[in-house]
Amino acid sequence: MEGFIPLYIFMLAAFTGYEVISKVPVILHTPLMSGSNFVHGIVLVGAMVALGQAESFMETLIGFIAVVLAAGNAVGGYVVTERMLEMFKSSKGGSKP
Amino acid sequence: MNLFVEIFYFAAAVLFIIGLKQMSSPVNARRGIIWAGVGMALATLITFVHPHVNSNYILILLGIGIGGGLAWKTGKEVAMTDMPQMIALYNGMGGGAAAAIAAVELIKQEPMSLTIQLMAVSGALIGAIAFSGSLIAYGKLQGIKQLRKPTRFKHQQRINAGVFIVAAWMALGIATSGTDYGMFTLFLFFALALAFGVMMTLPIGGADMPVVISLYNAFTGLAVGFEGFVLETPAMMIAGIVVGSAGTLLTQLMAKAMNRPISNVLFSNFGDTTGEAQAVSGSMKAIESPDAAIMMAFAEKVIIVPGYGMAVAQAQHKVWEMTKQLQERGVTVKFAIHPVAGRMPGHMNVLLAEAGVPYDIIYDLDEINEEFKTADVVLVIGANDVVNPAARTDPNSPIYGMPILNADYARNVIVVKRGQGAGFSGIENHLFFADNCRMLYGDGQAVANELVSDMKSL
Repeated sequence: MEGFIPLYIFMLAAFTGYEVISKVPVILHTPLMSGSNFVHGIVLVGAMVALGQAESFMETLIGFIAVVLAAGNAVGGYVVTERMLEMFKSSKGGSKP
Repeated sequence: MNLFVEIFYFAAAVLFIIGLKQMSSPVNARRGIIWAGVGMALATLITFVHPHVNSNYILILLGIGIGGGLAWKTGKEVAMTDMPQMIALYNGMGGGAAAAIAAVELIKQEPMSLTIQLMAVSGALIGAIAFSGSLIAYGKLQGIKQLRKPTRFKHQQRINAGVFIVAAWMALGIATSGTDYGMFTLFLFFALALAFGVMMTLPIGGADMPVVISLYNAFTGLAVGFEGFVLETPAMMIAGIVVGSAGTLLTQLMAKAMNRPISNVLFSNFGDTTGEAQAVSGSMKAIESPDAAIMMAFAEKVIIVPGYGMAVAQAQHKVWEMTKQLQERGVTVKFAIHPVAGRMPGHMNVLLAEAGVPYDIIYDLDEINEEFKTADVVLVIGANDVVNPAARTDPNSPIYGMPILNADYARNVIVVKRGQGAGFSGIENHLFFADNCRMLYGDGQAVANELVSDMKSL
């Protein structure tokens, strides 16, 4: 990717992140932190690519560590977020006014 | 790049953003994580046919199996009260993965453009800090003895700043030297970055951990985003940067709730006050469980203020049982949650939700603070600093200026507390000595249990 395109992606993604959660109520802060923690588990894709093209022993070893860590991030992030959100319910089954 | 791969990555990026959006409302938050999960599954699966992935398939599967399996098991088993440190741990793993990716790319010493090389070392630096910092945060919350007390020494901030400047300088050196950097330099750079994460986290007290974990979450996001640029994977760039900025906003919201700038949390002198704190007058007055039960049962409005003590005692189920008792008697019961109650913002909400408390009787500080004046009884259970009126009245108090729940304005206050000592932060609580305040000593769960049975026998 050439020139300024990465910079544009960076800027737009940054604004998106800010806007997407700007109205989050306090009760969802922990689950949301956990949820965003899960989303950066996408690092797994990068780790797979790094290991998938690793050649020397050192590259392979570090790439393998990256995959293990990244898989932990993604799976763990999902499991705990899901467990937390599962518990949210309202007394009337509706939303808070 | 393969068209299929591109399409799947694009779909994943869209699903992540929709998922995060949905997670910011309690009604469809659950759906949000599932959408994001689908995105992750798609992205992971398609990566097996990524044109750059052409060997080590077995190792990849093995790595996913080991890391994913362990995380699955621990994630399923961890108690709700220990959630914050688990998030810190998983977050640290993500940061470590980002740093490791950078390491693999840099070890190859293949020529990269200056921009990409800068991205690689920045991601490495930030990711490594998030990794070691999160591990220390995990240790602190897990209560590992050597880490619990903040470690402080003379000129600490200057030494830390020095380490960071050297690490950043080396990063810049590596990035600008093309392929002309030595392996030892690279190794030293990573070692310094990791050391800085540890040193930065050590002096921060447990009460500030929520802000720190949130900050490291944003760091990891950013690091992942940077490595996404290096690997030319837009899904990683977008997801990483979105989390980086969302995490930064979340960190700001939390720091704002504590009325302390982030710089103050990180380079703080928490507890180092300039003047003498005001002496407390009066004495603590105890109350027995049956009297407390009568007081609440015949009240019109009761507000419950839970804190970390409730979490530790696992008292949330009993508290909800007591609440139902009160509701049956026609008492209006509301829960008041301070933004930083517990060890993470929203921590209390999660615990109450676990016990089955509907979220529409749970109120934020802004929503409920005016109501304390009209409350007959406020039951403070395991909370301390967040109801300390010294934050309003004593300019020398370390928490002066922090917004608090105005529990002291209520007609009666009952404080459930294990003993007479000061709390987690070591600050004397003026509320406990107030005339309208009674202390109900005991473990949160045992006390709540007693209150329930006393109410039943009324």
